[in-house]
Amino acid sequence: MAERAALEELVRLQGERVRGLKQQKASAEQIEEEVAKLLKLKAQLGPDEGKQKFVLKTPKGTRDYSPRQMAIREKVFDVIISCFKRHGAEVIDTPVFELKETLTGKYGEDSKLIYDLKDQGGELLSLRYDLTVPFARYLAMNKLTNIKRYHIAKVYRRDNPAMTRGRYREFYQCDFDIAGQFDPMIPDAECLKIMCEILSSLQIGDFLVKVNDRRILDGMFAICGVPDSKFRTICSSVDKLDKVSWEEVKNEMVGEKGLTPEVADHIGDYVQQHGGVSLVEQLLQDPKLSQNKQALEGLEDLKLLFEYLTLFGIADKISFDLSLARGLDYYTGVIYEAVLLQTPVRPGEEPLGVGSVAAGGRYDGLALEEKVRTTETQVLVASAQKRLLEERLKLVSELWDAGIKAELLYKKNPKLLNQLQYCEEAGIPLVAIIGEQELKDGVIKLRSVASREEVDVRREDLVEEIKRRTSPALCIC
Amino acid sequence: MVVREKILDMVVGCFKRHGAKRLDTPAFELKEMLTEKYGEDSGLIYDLKDQGGELLSLRYDLTVPFARYLAMNKVKKMKRYHVGKVWRRESPTIVQGRYREFCQCDFDIAGQFDPMIPDAECLKIMCEILSGLQLGDFIIKVNDRRILDGMFAVCGVPESKFHAICSSIDKLDKISWKDVRHEIVAKKGLAPEVADRIGDYVQCHGGVSLIEQMFQDPRLSQNKQALDGLGDLRLLFEYLTLFGIAEKISFDLSLARGLDYYTGVIYEAVLLQTPAQAQESFNVGSVAAGGRYDKLVGMFDPKGHKVPCVGLSIGVERIFSIVEQRMKTFGQKIRTTETQVFVATPQKNFIHERLKLIAELWDAGIKAELLYKNNPKLLTQLHYCEDMGIPLVVIIGEQEMKEGIIKLRSVASREEVAIKRENLVAEIQKRLSES
Repeated sequence: MAERAALEELVRLQGERVRGLKQQKASAEQIEEEVAKLLKLKAQLGPDEGKQKFVLKTPKGTRDYSPRQMAIREKVFDVIISCFKRHGAEVIDTPVFELKETLTGKYGEDSKLIYDLKDQGGELLSLRYDLTVPFARYLAMNKLTNIKRYHIAKVYRRDNPAMTRGRYREFYQCDFDIAGQFDPMIPDAECLKIMCEILSSLQIGDFLVKVNDRRILDGMFAICGVPDSKFRTICSSVDKLDKVSWEEVKNEMVGEKGLTPEVADHIGDYVQQHGGVSLVEQLLQDPKLSQNKQALEGLEDLKLLFEYLTLFGIADKISFDLSLARGLDYYTGVIYEAVLLQTPVRPGEEPLGVGSVAAGGRYDGLALEEKVRTTETQVLVASAQKRLLEERLKLVSELWDAGIKAELLYKKNPKLLNQLQYCEEAGIPLVAIIGEQELKDGVIKLRSVASREEVDVRREDLVEEIKRRTSPALCIC
Repeated sequence: MVVREKILDMVVGCFKRHGAKRLDTPAFELKEMLTEKYGEDSGLIYDLKDQGGELLSLRYDLTVPFARYLAMNKVKKMKRYHVGKVWRRESPTIVQGRYREFCQCDFDIAGQFDPMIPDAECLKIMCEILSGLQLGDFIIKVNDRRILDGMFAVCGVPESKFHAICSSIDKLDKISWKDVRHEIVAKKGLAPEVADRIGDYVQCHGGVSLIEQMFQDPRLSQNKQALDGLGDLRLLFEYLTLFGIAEKISFDLSLARGLDYYTGVIYEAVLLQTPAQAQESFNVGSVAAGGRYDKLVGMFDPKGHKVPCVGLSIGVERIFSIVEQRMKTFGQKIRTTETQVFVATPQKNFIHERLKLIAELWDAGIKAELLYKNNPKLLTQLHYCEDMGIPLVVIIGEQEMKEGIIKLRSVASREEVAIKRENLVAEIQKRLSES
């Protein structure tokens, strides 16, 4: 009895905690967690008849995509995929799980974020963490050396999700890779061309692609006097320059990471620079940097890259930015990152980057203003009177057989007004109305939902008329 | 992949034509969501390791997640399709086309509607897809859970054995009645007379006349459940006739279907083989299936509110196998890219010109490629086009530059013609739209 009383007290306290969080408007995630705890406690009190013991939700860090979200997602993917295809890429797909050993040792510290499958007596498996390691496994398995491929699929990371900031445990990656030994910088230039084509087509605003090179960074650190052992950690400080000021970054490098102020200042001279091909030329002349073989290689490659980007007509969207340092673990040469630009608050100032937009990154930052249809239905088959279900079924079947996207209400005797309202809500442009008089006359009333104009169309001409009205070149609904 | 894409496009195109919205759910669900939904098949679910957080399992189908979505979002009516992977821990036999990870294409209609109209639309969709994919002749078997249960009852099967007997009956599409009868008598303990009575029914299949016949059956017509089922099937056949597909539908009393959650009409499409195919063991079982499941959403809803549902699932993996096999048999070449034009040059040091030209083509929306070599040989470039099935080549060289023209070459016919640089894009688009 005492045990039960203690348990009930815990339930009461937990309930108060949840209420408190809700009042304070704590994060949805936190509230969810505490609610789950509450339910677990309640369940211990004893099962209630008919009440379920679990919370109805998707797993932490995952979500359903509603039809509206799917419609947006499809539009975005269509743009991206058609661009990849335009550039002659093949598509592959790989399983959602790999042998655990395939993924082991590939992700460094991040390995603890991998989802493992339970050992159920077969092979030990893990959910893929990205699309790059599966790609490497695919190449090795099939003994391929040259391929241009894209892969759009979900990946899984047991991260600490911050869903309000768009970080999930299940999310899409959209990878495009060119594998193979080729003449320098041509494939690289094509990748940048693809990024620009996609970001332009998506019409999400002005953007800029920052470009740098790992060899230039390493060379720069070397000639500035950064000890080898500190390269990576200084890199991650420099990386923050897109979010915080140079003063703050310098303080971190000196105060927390043990660089001397002079070395930090040297770095500062370089990393605050960005520009076009003229900056590349300038640095090739730089007395210190031009002494470093690594840096020179990087600069020469960037010079060639800019030549090609100019021919591709996109050089004005590209900025050689010495503070770009992301993802250095994987890369050995050129690195790039596209950011959306915000128009400056004060005239004459440079536009601010507001976050990187990597292919396959966030799509949910998009806000389309136009009404998003979740279906593509072109015609609703309706009836004006009762007892016309048979006629509706026959007519809708004719339309489907002719390849027209059509629907009907699942009611034997629906009211005309309800059917018309349904069209307006779902964005269906045309209604084919069957009526007793019209049946006798051998016609169907074809109504435009937008204009409300109705016209009688002979039954045998209906399919053609609908096709004419809904053809993409001439949409006159 | 290209074959898959074409097939999926066709399937999705049909779903869209019928006004369905698309949905997507996570690859895994809370383990407890999937518990007790799949009956005997529960042992085939992939669990994720307990890593200190929620207990999770990979989804086994797309239907249970759909029911969970409906309950979670308190949706009463929805017509949705979902194309996605599901995972099952069964031992795969590649010939039969049943893998551990496979793609399903589901279409479902949730909501309380006037009877059998949505059910009829599901069958219409199945027919449209299977016809459109040109896989050959097919038939859709139809039955009803209530008819099965009613039939077992009037034959004298003890209720506790319903399930076990059902799964034996289900094997009638693969093994003979003699073998099934043996199984239910010897292994499942049914009296021989009872087995024989069952045999009288389950070997029946036919059209709407069989339904009428069953209505008159002295035993079956005494059973209310069976009568409900027969009544619905009769109405269904009326609508299927109006939809023009009744001759593809067979009322088959041996159809039993695995999953626990069906409550009414059930159906399964099978391809009809030619004798030649049967020899090459093309038999891949059913290619699409589904049914009505009115109680599933209620299992998720906190207050037990029901949302009746009916739906279908297209077994695309089996279809991929069949189509791929067929393409191999007929030696059909499959292109893996959609590139329309290749930018080539016979000259050295022409990389700049090629890059400029290809950017023009891309900007005009033309699918184009070039080799990533500064100085490729013309023959290498032309071979590449032939290998990849690229239909057109634009060739640029010093002579052409002087004259302000580009050579446009058809890979198939090898005919070349000179086009003025400024007319090139238009000429290419004209040729592509004509082909």
